[in-house]
Amino acid sequence: MNTATSAVGSRSSGTGDAGDRQPLRLNPQDYQDLTQMLATYAALVDAADWDAWVAMFTDDCIYKLIPRENYERGLPLATMDFESKGMLMDRAYAIRETLFHDPYYQRHVIGAPRVLEVAADRIVCESNYAVFRTKLSELTQVFNVGRYLDTVVRTEAGWRFASRLCIYDSEMIPNSIIYPV
Amino acid sequence: MASIASSAIPDSPQWQGDGTSRIPFSVYTSDQLHRRELERFFYRKHWSYVGLEAEIPNQGDFKRTVVGERSVLLVRDKQGAVHVVENVCAHRGMQFCRERHGNRSEFTCPYHQWSYTLSGDLQGVPFRRGVRQDGKVNGGMPADFDLKQNGLTQLKVACRGGVVFASFDHDVESLEDFMGPAILFYFDRLFNGRKLKILGYNRQRIPGNWKLMQENIKDPYHPGLLHTWFVTFGLWRADNKSELKMDKHHRHAAMISTRGQSGKAEQVTQVSSFKESMQLQDDRFLDIVPEAWWGGPSAVMTTLFPSVILQQQVNSVSTRHIQPDGHGAFNFEWTHFGFEDDDAAMTKRRLRQANLFGPAGFVSADDGEVIEFSQRAFESKPAHHTLAELGGREVGDTDHMVTETLIRGMYRYWREVMEDGK
Repeated sequence: MNTATSAVGSRSSGTGDAGDRQPLRLNPQDYQDLTQMLATYAALVDAADWDAWVAMFTDDCIYKLIPRENYERGLPLATMDFESKGMLMDRAYAIRETLFHDPYYQRHVIGAPRVLEVAADRIVCESNYAVFRTKLSELTQVFNVGRYLDTVVRTEAGWRFASRLCIYDSEMIPNSIIYPV
Repeated sequence: MASIASSAIPDSPQWQGDGTSRIPFSVYTSDQLHRRELERFFYRKHWSYVGLEAEIPNQGDFKRTVVGERSVLLVRDKQGAVHVVENVCAHRGMQFCRERHGNRSEFTCPYHQWSYTLSGDLQGVPFRRGVRQDGKVNGGMPADFDLKQNGLTQLKVACRGGVVFASFDHDVESLEDFMGPAILFYFDRLFNGRKLKILGYNRQRIPGNWKLMQENIKDPYHPGLLHTWFVTFGLWRADNKSELKMDKHHRHAAMISTRGQSGKAEQVTQVSSFKESMQLQDDRFLDIVPEAWWGGPSAVMTTLFPSVILQQQVNSVSTRHIQPDGHGAFNFEWTHFGFEDDDAAMTKRRLRQANLFGPAGFVSADDGEVIEFSQRAFESKPAHHTLAELGGREVGDTDHMVTETLIRGMYRYWREVMEDGK
């Protein structure tokens, strides 16, 4: 079975020059940028601002919502499996225009990022998340719980997600999942 | 019309005559009927899906799953044979296996260490002969206690094309007779002997009666209407060539369609949501490559009553296991797979197209939603009924999709079984 660190290690091996590696320490400005970025992500998806959500990713990004079981067993199937900004735009379109669903709010609570790898223009980190779902006229429920495994990169426009894996513990999705986590 | 007082919460479903085009809400809301359904559909005279052989490739591999609401273990023994045993210790009844998959040389209940072979035979009972102390034997099982009589409940098993079915009823007809020739043809088309490659699982809990999921895949009326995505991006077209087929009991069905190619989709679709100009930003979601085994049809959705849906939608193939949990909810487990001869590009294609399906799928997420809100209404006024009269009130195979005949067929069978001897 993969552990969190070995999975990250295997995912990150072979990328970047060895000389590029730095200690797991971010300068205060980068750390602030990183935590601000993670918080902004939560704010945007909680506000259902899907265009702004898309804009946080690189053009050839990876976004996956994947059951922990599949991830740890090395099974490639993901519940959402996007591999370009175009696919994210297609999801945003589907949410707005084609997917019938019961309206709901989502609210993210995200833990502090654990920095796993630092390079000059690239940070690998993970953070725990809990997403609560509130449907109109209903009690709030715990909707999806897991961790983000992120690779963020510095671009001319600022930090962007090159990869965001949402690896969820939740064994059962309570019916449907419409919005990105 | 019955009086208001007596019709508010009926004791039993009020069908209108012999027909099944108006389905009483109460068939979805009664605990009593649900228990009878479990007994008559899941535990007697029917085969239930339990998994794929590719999930247990090695000796000792097991997978925990369910038949109806009973926990069972699908396991490959040391000789390579496939068994299904109930996950209930013969001693104190504990569901001894909690892992969902793994590898074992034997099954042991943690409570009192009763141990079983992989095929469910009891092989060891601690202190069976008692404990010798101060020259006498204390306790122990009675002298006539027989290991052979106290194994795990063993289910009858049928494997075909890498798919495993099980039944608590050892007198059940053969799997082939159970499916019947028309449905068996489509089963064998998908599972034609190639080894399967498991791609992964999706699990969702849908707060609706389990039959609604069978009906969803027996309802070709909704895909072009509810699933706007299908229509918007031209996958569903009113000129699709279609057939609906059932077994002789009308319990199983296949919806077979071949994507229409002629003319502009706009002219033939007749659905207002179609947007000819709408293009995917990344059309790899619909990078469809026809496969030889299709033999024509680009989509075949097969419902095997009561437990499973077999999906082929272009290059995406999966099983969808219906696992009831009381009358008002079911767990729905998707197993996506590919075939041993898939190259990396085909595997990637199947994974991309899987975005259409599952609990977040572009065209499946909304199915769970409509089931939830159908159930919500059924609970609120069980004396009412649904209406399934598209294409008439009769039951029969068709060469088009503009009909709810498969739903009527399923309820004709439901009535035959459920009303037998009352």
